[in-house]
Amino acid sequence: MPMRVAIAQINPKLGDLQANMALYEAKIRQGGEAGADLLLFPELSLTGYFLRDSVPDVALTTRSPEMKKLKELSRALPFVAGLVEESADHRFFNAAVYFEDGEIRHLHRKVYLPTYGMFDEQRYFARGDRVRAFDSKFGRLAILICEDLWHTSTIYLAALDGARAVLCPSSSPLRGIVDGQAQDDNARYWEMINRTYAETFSLFMLYGNRSGFEDGVGFWGGSEIVDPFGQRLAKAKYYDEDFIVSEVALEAVRRKRTMSPLLRDEDIDLTINELMRIRERPATAVAVQKFKGSKVQGPRKPKKSRRGR
Amino acid sequence: MIQIPTNTSLLREILTVFIRNEVHKTGLNKVVVGLSGGVDSGLSAMLAAEALGPKNVLAILMPYKNSNPESREHAEMVVLKSGIESLLVDITPQIDAYFERFPDADARRRGNKMARERMTILYDHSARWKALVLGTSNKTELLLGYGTLYGDMASAINPLGDLYKTQVWALAEAIGVPIAIVRKPPSADLWHGQTDEGELGFSYEDVDRLFYLMVDQRYTRPELIAAGFPEHFIDDISARIMTSQFKRRLPVIAKVSQRTIDRDFRYSRDWGK
Repeated sequence: MPMRVAIAQINPKLGDLQANMALYEAKIRQGGEAGADLLLFPELSLTGYFLRDSVPDVALTTRSPEMKKLKELSRALPFVAGLVEESADHRFFNAAVYFEDGEIRHLHRKVYLPTYGMFDEQRYFARGDRVRAFDSKFGRLAILICEDLWHTSTIYLAALDGARAVLCPSSSPLRGIVDGQAQDDNARYWEMINRTYAETFSLFMLYGNRSGFEDGVGFWGGSEIVDPFGQRLAKAKYYDEDFIVSEVALEAVRRKRTMSPLLRDEDIDLTINELMRIRERPATAVAVQKFKGSKVQGPRKPKKSRRGR
Repeated sequence: MIQIPTNTSLLREILTVFIRNEVHKTGLNKVVVGLSGGVDSGLSAMLAAEALGPKNVLAILMPYKNSNPESREHAEMVVLKSGIESLLVDITPQIDAYFERFPDADARRRGNKMARERMTILYDHSARWKALVLGTSNKTELLLGYGTLYGDMASAINPLGDLYKTQVWALAEAIGVPIAIVRKPPSADLWHGQTDEGELGFSYEDVDRLFYLMVDQRYTRPELIAAGFPEHFIDDISARIMTSQFKRRLPVIAKVSQRTIDRDFRYSRDWGK
């Protein structure tokens, strides 16, 4: 049975948890009225993105009253929230939490924290150390946050772990003006990623980006839902707030995978073996040896394979 | 030929959304802008008119007695075309009163003084009118340091700070800044016959192409030479960027505490907004 997925493309207040809690509540209500079964919020949309030193001030632990309130709200409509999570040992994570029927069903901590150019995430956040799909009442899903998806390993793991849809909360800044291109270059790149991943891994891509400006940096919006055939089922406005809803029939995954059984044919052992070998002798070591003019050795035999043949 | 991408319809959309967003989040809905009659302030004012509605934009014309009369005519053309509010404040009395005491001041000191007097007028009217001061400095002059610190460089928000001068020209033309303004040689109008390019010693076309490759595309010196730029030009411009760096930063604070403003006390300007 198809479910209805909504994406709230919002413009939160930077560092104002209470204002954003109210915004979440309003959007969850709107989702309910629109007949949505599942609602996706953007990355850090409960707190704002360029938090810098205010990260600890807006962090939530699993026992925070706000967390309790979010659990309650999920009784009406399951949703993915983007927030700062504080662990028991006081590390702060850029996290996305899936709430369903009054409970936290899954928590993803952003693994790849961009710290280059305009980004400084690793200065303020601790790095997540796992990529896991999880079971929801709609089937098996995965959450990957923004930059996570710029590393192909994360979507690969999510797909092999059984995800039929990947929910991607994002705070993607607009940048790069190109002649003859209706949107900025970051928007183009993301749309290419979403379509390529949806088709390559035969799953739904649910991409929720935010809008608005923080200190002159704009977020390009353009949230979208792409099916496993690469068809765009819904598209939000660029550079503005929006709210989109679309039917998502996860059965399409079966049809696509029947026609192109790419995941069935995927050789996990080969990947693991080669990764083990590469880990033992990273490509950078080879480059350094070449630079020094020393003889390049052949690949070393992996010490042990998890699934030795 | 190096082409700097200048997608005017996209820039127009982004910059109007920027103005609307950054103004409204402060709880205000208006801006004041110093209108010189040049292309930068003309473009800033017209973008603001589109973003906020013309009645929410106050242009202040601040001529000095020996300003080129054409500057004022051009500023009035922008006011007329965009339907924004305007106010004329002749700065002659306050400038002359000051330099009566320091009659030996050269053109540079006088020019900087005028720029800073105009800044104080803009900020005063921004308080009176409950508005933000809209900036007009473009990326070329910010990188060259070709502006007066705490003068024309002062503003609350600046839609043009990431656009090179040649991009400003293209966008100004696309959005309908009167063509006489777009086409005239840029000038700070501090003395008769002054032009930016005459004073700088190179053209905006040339320096913008160099900046685009050097700053945006991160070309190295050998790569810039290979791209056809003379070595002395590359070195001269590189030195200008470095020596004017102070104009693009907050004043230097002596660190004595654990948390010093902007060093380890780091918050976004839009904090809480």
